Amino acid sequence: MNRFWWILLVAAMSSAAFASLILPATGLATLYRSDPDLLAAILTEVRLPRVLLALFYGAMLGGSGAAIQALFANPLASPDITGTTGGAALGSVVTAYLIGFSGPLGLAFGGVAGAALALLLLLGLAGRDSDSATLLLAGVAISAVAGAATALALALAPSPFAFYEAYDWLMGSLVDRSLPQAAMVAVPVLGALLFLIGRSHALDMLALGEAAAEAMGHRVSRLRREVVIATAIGIGMAVAVCGAVGFVGLVAPIFARRLTHAHPGRAILPAAMIGAVLLCLADVLVRFAPAGRQLPIGVVTALLGAPFFLALVLRMRLEWRG
Amino acid sequence: MTALSAYGLELRGRLHATNLELHAGRLTLLVGPNGAGKTSLIHRLAGIGEGGGTTLIGGEPLAAMPPVMRIGRLALLPATREIAWPLLARDLVALGLGGRRDPSAVEKILDSLDALQFADRRMDQLSTGERARVLLARTLVAEPAVLLLDEPAAHLDPARQIAMIERLRREAFRGAAVLASIHDLALARGFADRVLVMDQGRIVADGAPAQALAPDVVQSVFGVRWDSESGWVKA
Repeated sequence: MNRFWWILLVAAMSSAAFASLILPATGLATLYRSDPDLLAAILTEVRLPRVLLALFYGAMLGGSGAAIQALFANPLASPDITGTTGGAALGSVVTAYLIGFSGPLGLAFGGVAGAALALLLLLGLAGRDSDSATLLLAGVAISAVAGAATALALALAPSPFAFYEAYDWLMGSLVDRSLPQAAMVAVPVLGALLFLIGRSHALDMLALGEAAAEAMGHRVSRLRREVVIATAIGIGMAVAVCGAVGFVGLVAPIFARRLTHAHPGRAILPAAMIGAVLLCLADVLVRFAPAGRQLPIGVVTALLGAPFFLALVLRMRLEWRG
Repeated sequence: MTALSAYGLELRGRLHATNLELHAGRLTLLVGPNGAGKTSLIHRLAGIGEGGGTTLIGGEPLAAMPPVMRIGRLALLPATREIAWPLLARDLVALGLGGRRDPSAVEKILDSLDALQFADRRMDQLSTGERARVLLARTLVAEPAVLLLDEPAAHLDPARQIAMIERLRREAFRGAAVLASIHDLALARGFADRVLVMDQGRIVADGAPAQALAPDVVQSVFGVRWDSESGWVKA
């Protein structure tokens, strides 16, 4: 990847963040003249956490998507499609509504545990080098079970409003989060991403196959554990705060690998940057929903991502026929 | 000179305690029926898989060697030729340098394998024979002291099989200790300095080709004998 693309990605991230901070801009100028303090409060306490959450959650989805795809040697694996975010959501719901730890730490713990469980299940069911059909089937099964179990947990919850309360969050929402909440996502996500980026080289070597990578001194089973743990922590924390958001983790790495000449490992950093841009833009789009309506951000990413996913599947099918 | 020495290599159910030394400058070919443990032996020599045993390369234990130290010491060509990602041929070869940037070394090795003309094509767009040459280039690019190859001649036509083995001879001539598994007994007999015969997880014959591939060994291990009119026939 050359310098031009790095600069472009950094520029895209900054402009997306800036757009997310100031849009919609109507009224901001008037407010600046009438009540600058209120404007400052809106920007730092309402919009800034939202921008930060979009950037970090998007980056985590993109970066861990690239790492998981490299690990499974399959461009269809990703935390959102193959059930990791669903598992995290289930973990958080169970902790909050059934066990009753609805504090931020309880939710976070549940999210991380759920994500880890879903990833381990995926490894157990599909494993590495399994064909795309097996991987997708396993992922679909995990997503379906996680979704059904989440609904079950909400239905059995003592609070009769559980469904209603959880709906907004389950579909993914960055609205009305505080700066401490943003920090709660940013810190573990940054750690997990840096850790995954540190594994870029080993994951590139894994492109040669497990045996070749092992012979070169990369311990594949340890690498697998490390990627699973880092992904579970980052995704689990993000889901606990922002709910499940789909397709960014699938799409961002695919774009990123175009920039790294198909190197799966060194695509992690650009994939994180692209993921951050995508989620930030999706969040800007959400704000232009009809007045008085809240559009869950997960709906936007799914609406934009699903056609892309279908195109990918179609292309793979054509290549198989090839 | 001993380039690699291994003691007590084991893999449960597949490889029984095996000691082996490989010498610099020699081409050793490994033969045996399907399931005899050839891949297991090659993997355990390279420290892959959970099992007993120690491998020393240049007198140092392999297990303690970090990735950066292994470049130039050991390279393995695995049996699977599938590459999951559409990497360019030259990028794939560069992975064999373990992160060191050296485009001229990559081009030199591709050129020596008559593969430079498709250096900028994607791996998934190459034919089987082209892909085999690129994958071999990846294993050779760092000029490793020990070369382990799992069926490098598989899926190649007869002329390319010979070209492949001749190339391995050149690597031995350069000074590498080369071990390759192969199914063609005639090639093994014609090109090897030393032949290892495996059966049921053990090395059952080891020596000069004519001696290791003596008719009685071939008959008892493979269940075939050479007939001057029909070639290999069931014994």
